[in-house]
Amino acid sequence: MREIQASDVVEAVARMCVSSNTELPQDVRNKLEQAMAEETSSSAKEVLRQLLENADLAMETKLPLCQDCGLAVLFVEVGDDCRVVGGNLREAINEGVRKGYDEGYLRKSACDPLTRVNTGDGTPAVIHFDMVPGDKLKISYMAKGGGAENMSRVTMLAPAQGWDGVRKFVIERVAEAGPNPCPPTVIGIGIGGTFEHSAKIAKKALLRKLDDTHPDPELAAKEKELEEALNRLGIGPMGLGGKTTVLGVKIAMEPCHLASLPLAVNVQCHSQRHEEVVL
Amino acid sequence: MAEYKLTTPLTDEDIEQLKAGDVVFLTGTIHSARDAAHKKLFELLDAGKELPFDLEGSAIYYVGPSPAPVGRPIGAAGPTTSYRMDTFAPRLYELGMKASIGKGKRNDDVKTAMQQHKGVYFGATGGAGALLSNSIVESTVIAFEELGPEAVRAMKVKDFPLLVINDCHGGELYVKPDVDAAI
Repeated sequence: MREIQASDVVEAVARMCVSSNTELPQDVRNKLEQAMAEETSSSAKEVLRQLLENADLAMETKLPLCQDCGLAVLFVEVGDDCRVVGGNLREAINEGVRKGYDEGYLRKSACDPLTRVNTGDGTPAVIHFDMVPGDKLKISYMAKGGGAENMSRVTMLAPAQGWDGVRKFVIERVAEAGPNPCPPTVIGIGIGGTFEHSAKIAKKALLRKLDDTHPDPELAAKEKELEEALNRLGIGPMGLGGKTTVLGVKIAMEPCHLASLPLAVNVQCHSQRHEEVVL
Repeated sequence: MAEYKLTTPLTDEDIEQLKAGDVVFLTGTIHSARDAAHKKLFELLDAGKELPFDLEGSAIYYVGPSPAPVGRPIGAAGPTTSYRMDTFAPRLYELGMKASIGKGKRNDDVKTAMQQHKGVYFGATGGAGALLSNSIVESTVIAFEELGPEAVRAMKVKDFPLLVINDCHGGELYVKPDVDAAI
């Protein structure tokens, strides 16, 4: 059994919190640059130019890309043949979040849902654990902002609605969200599973790179079809009109109950901040 | 689309000339307030107490900045989504607020209030928090410090870059999504 020190988990998570919030991933930057070249409206071009300048400035000054440094969401894959020693894994992750948000001057946005009193340190993080073969520990971090998260939805379609029903729901959701979630957005879609599982796989789909291709050719085609359809909405960068309403569509699909067709749409803003580390 | 340089406090004349799509560079003092601060401001109003800043000619910025690192007046400071303040905005426009600053759609009550009381809704670029912080030269918490990032701050801004989303004549910049084309 391979042993991993809890203190190494703390350091790795803290580092990811800071770097994700200050360095826009290269795939996102590439997409924004590509969109800027393709847009013809001056307001759309100007918004994209500002976002790229913002990314340069954040990198240079170490200021966060966005004041909403998100709730910390972590997907953790624990290898069957490794274990964390010198502390509890969940607590080590939360300690890493605490340290990263403090040392990186990141905004701590976690609060009590009803009293609205801030927890003061950015925790508790939302952590999803999975057991996988191997002796490695993989931790993926995502800074999930509130504005885009508020535009997300879970619905239970009737099985007969099929792909057309899925497609229609996603299009109407993105249309209704309009300028609110900071477009151009990335749309994570979870199809199948159960009520809660669809939401979880929709969020996990947002960890994929914008320029990757779904390994299932049918789903890859559906992602492309939906991306093109959503970009015909004309919402554009920050809702000012244009060809770029979404930067990408990522679908995750799993079997579901024969009576159900669960569907989750998780909206992510253009500041798609995430990173992973393997220990 | 015109470009204006305006200074706070804002007047009826400042607002009347603006049309949706105009670019405004705002200089002066603006006040930050978002969800929790609005709730507290309304508790003061309902109790007949004085607000921590003068609403007359004011501009309220929907923002909860990240902490200021050493050597900077403020951290990243971009707008939050405005619809959550829609229940509060009409009364504030009625009481003299001239501008709100945020991102995203406003409801009909807010649009009507802007027409009735000569108000404007400005959009700032969401997700450009580092860039926008460059136009904020000073920031001081003036009320509700316990709210942390949601506290009310007086922010001195210089040429803060804004876009008129809703003007006081019923004009709106946001496009209506073309659902038929997408489906």
